[in-house]
Amino acid sequence: MKERILEVRGLNVDYGMGPESVRAVRDVDLTLHRGEVLGLAGESGSGKSTLAYGMTRLLPPPGIVAGGEVIYHLDDGTTVDLLRIRDADLRRLRWSEIAIVFQGAINSLNPVQRISTQLVDVLKAHSASTPRARLDRARELLTLVGIASDRLNSYPHQLSGGMRQRVMIAMALALEPRVVIMDEPTTALDVVVQRQILRTLVDLRERLGFSVVFITHDLSLLVEFSDRIAIMYAGQVVEEAASADLYRTPLHPYSDGLLQSFPALKGPKRELSGIAGSPPDLRMMPSGCPFHPRCARAMDVCGQQTPVLGQSRAGRSVACWLHPVSVG
Amino acid sequence: MRSNPKALTGLVALGFFVLLAVVGPWLAPFDPSMRSNDLLQPPSPSHWFGTTHLGQDIFSQVLVGTRSVVFVGAVAGLVATVLSVLVGVSAGYLSGSAGEGLSALSNVFLVIPALPLIVIITSSLPETSNLTIALVIGLTAWAWNARVLRAQTLSLRRRDYVEAARANGESTWRIILFEIMPNLTAVIASGFVGTVLFAVISEITLAFIGVSDAGGWNWGTVLYWAQSQQALTQGAWWWFVPAGLAIALLGTALSLVNFGIDEYVNPRLRTRSSTRGVRMRVGFTPVLAKESS
Amino acid sequence: MSYLLKRLGFYLLTVWAAVTINFFVPRMIPGDPVQALITKQRGQMTSEAVRSLYVLFGLDKDESLASQYFSYLGQLLRGDLGMSFTFFPSPVADVIGDGLPWTVGLVGITTVIGFFLGTAAGALVGWRRGTWADSLIPVTTFVSSIPYFWLGLVAIALLTGPGSFFPASGAYEIGLVPNWDWQFIGSTVQHGLLPGLTILVSSVSGWILSMRNMMVTVSSDDYVTVAHAKGLPERRVMLAYAARNALLPNVSGFALALGFIVGGTLLVEIVFSYPGLGLQLFQAVGAKDYPLLQGIFLIITLSVLLANLLADVAYLALDPRTRREG
Repeated sequence: MKERILEVRGLNVDYGMGPESVRAVRDVDLTLHRGEVLGLAGESGSGKSTLAYGMTRLLPPPGIVAGGEVIYHLDDGTTVDLLRIRDADLRRLRWSEIAIVFQGAINSLNPVQRISTQLVDVLKAHSASTPRARLDRARELLTLVGIASDRLNSYPHQLSGGMRQRVMIAMALALEPRVVIMDEPTTALDVVVQRQILRTLVDLRERLGFSVVFITHDLSLLVEFSDRIAIMYAGQVVEEAASADLYRTPLHPYSDGLLQSFPALKGPKRELSGIAGSPPDLRMMPSGCPFHPRCARAMDVCGQQTPVLGQSRAGRSVACWLHPVSVG
Repeated sequence: MRSNPKALTGLVALGFFVLLAVVGPWLAPFDPSMRSNDLLQPPSPSHWFGTTHLGQDIFSQVLVGTRSVVFVGAVAGLVATVLSVLVGVSAGYLSGSAGEGLSALSNVFLVIPALPLIVIITSSLPETSNLTIALVIGLTAWAWNARVLRAQTLSLRRRDYVEAARANGESTWRIILFEIMPNLTAVIASGFVGTVLFAVISEITLAFIGVSDAGGWNWGTVLYWAQSQQALTQGAWWWFVPAGLAIALLGTALSLVNFGIDEYVNPRLRTRSSTRGVRMRVGFTPVLAKESS
Repeated sequence: MSYLLKRLGFYLLTVWAAVTINFFVPRMIPGDPVQALITKQRGQMTSEAVRSLYVLFGLDKDESLASQYFSYLGQLLRGDLGMSFTFFPSPVADVIGDGLPWTVGLVGITTVIGFFLGTAAGALVGWRRGTWADSLIPVTTFVSSIPYFWLGLVAIALLTGPGSFFPASGAYEIGLVPNWDWQFIGSTVQHGLLPGLTILVSSVSGWILSMRNMMVTVSSDDYVTVAHAKGLPERRVMLAYAARNALLPNVSGFALALGFIVGGTLLVEIVFSYPGLGLQLFQAVGAKDYPLLQGIFLIITLSVLLANLLADVAYLALDPRTRREG
């Protein structure tokens, strides 16, 4: 068994409070191992980004973490619950242990500060070093992601979208974090740039050895770049498996549907079909399995009882009545 | 609106002032200009707000003056709003030099100091009445809203449904009236309320420096007489406090209505900042202590 | 640089518009105000002064409107704003020259201080949303709805009087001769304090409200969340990320609102009998001194435009996106 680094247990995340609140992430368990790329996939609104921001307590109002634990394993073997530690401790942990590359680099950079200032900011906040050393490090980081170091004094608006995203990646790696969360890091970019950036990332991960939580709606990217994939639907994880297994034999009809919506990059050609219908309104969740109204293989039990995520065979977890689980 | 206590409070207060404007002159216990022998009396049961140096009843002056204030505010607000919609929406919708020209025109009117401009125009008029004052204010105070409306129209014009309507060959007038205007309602309303506030303050200021409806009363004329008769050095606080408070209350009511509109337009401003003892914070999502539901 | 050039062009356009308004407005006055003035002065006017008044009022029947307009522009270019009725035979330019320094000192300084104080306070209140700081909002709303001059009246009633530190009127003690010695400067500061505070209290609340709203809006922008995710100290996130960006619309708002603010602050001078342009405006309205009114309007417009230009330069320095290389 590989070493665990981040464990999410029974996480619930709501938008709003009281009678009008909506549960956007429901009872999610997830484990990230050292050095692994864990993919998180689902349609937009499936709760994958909410999960990522909820577990790092970065979800903007009206988001609320309504329960659960997020256990982080520190280097010295001790663990902390990110949801229970003091603000000052959380601030220290942020970026030095867990860094995030946000969706849409256009808005992730402060428009009125130079790239250098924003890179140096991180170094200054987390380590004692000289201004000279910090600038050198900033230059080094830019080179690492393939940007000429003379771009250091640029403002964000002077860079292209792809460059900005690279700057964000450089920034995320500044403190050599052990976990990097990437939320649709390449969605806004064209396909060529997208591939380039992901290649860079894969190379860097091999050299630096951090773990990645990779969030995207593009399952084909995950199949290519991640070790394990968790599929989310309506705020719940409905299937989790090694990417190769998931690609070959998706167990949940929703996973299958997602795979059908993208052209395969490798292997035999398939027909694109997609999934009929749209994700449920979180305020009016259907009874039983939340996917059953859209599911071609729905049975009577699906509308009555909610399936739970469990081991169906070795290494495969799925929440579906088609695949009875062995409890444990 | 019902879920918006600010706007509701503002509207109720506003309704109160409008009601006073209608019935004030009948409610007033005295003729506001009538002199009596009670010279410079502090507030008493017979003169609620006291009397002036000529024995005039200040309560009646404030009550009667409400009508002029509300009238000028409403008329100036209407005139300015119509102008700002005409100029702002055209400047935003028309491309090329016509749009640029209209936009420059509103910017010019925006930076020219409004009050001195109103002063030189009104003091050049042969006679000043509530109507002429309202018109002058309305004709000079449209620029701010025109600017806001132009920006809004510009962004609306690029929306898909407007482009689609244009591609379908709908007439410019139809697009402006049915596709663009409905989306500007909140901005126009907020502009109207803001202009009314500006007009009220301007009218009172004008009256305070001696430009007002001949023989009429408004809160500014009350203050004008208080200032020119040295009410302060005579310790006659009752002479200027009621009129000033009335202005501040009307002003607050108008601002509250506008806050309500702002929050409607910009959801980020809505106060959902702390509910049930949990403080919403950017950067540190609150964690509930116990599982709810 | 092209940004500034464009702005300069716009300001020139505005000056031209103000001058043109000034040219046409007196032409609406019925009757012959110059004749009335000559009668009032019982013939003490030089024929030169009378002629310049006729040009100013457009009553020069022998000339066409166009040539009147150009001779009016010529007069202005020479700095000739005509003769003041109230301060006859002083030229308007001299009268305004006496009042302008006081107004610039009082209104200028307090407006700028008010902007900075209000912006700082608004940034803090907006950042601390959901705490006690929210309760400041109704108070500032109320205060910002009060006309400046009325607040001045209240201040005089409450804080001045026999034995008070604050004088109720004037810009310096009667009997002192304006010069740069400590006694005079001290007296000036003492006299300026209360009117200054009045303007400050009224103007600060407006800036608090607008900056607070900008802070609240900006706080949910992505880069602020990123700054939190970076684990930066709270102060750094608030100042360099949120407030730094919220400041931009507030600065352009400052430039735009200046025309409105100056009008209000001038009234404070009247209440405190402070010898600046506001008091002169008041006197000019009372005496129907049209040349002085117009001169004051023109000078105030020019000052506001100058302040606008400064705000533009500040904006240029603050927002790298408006800067263009080369």
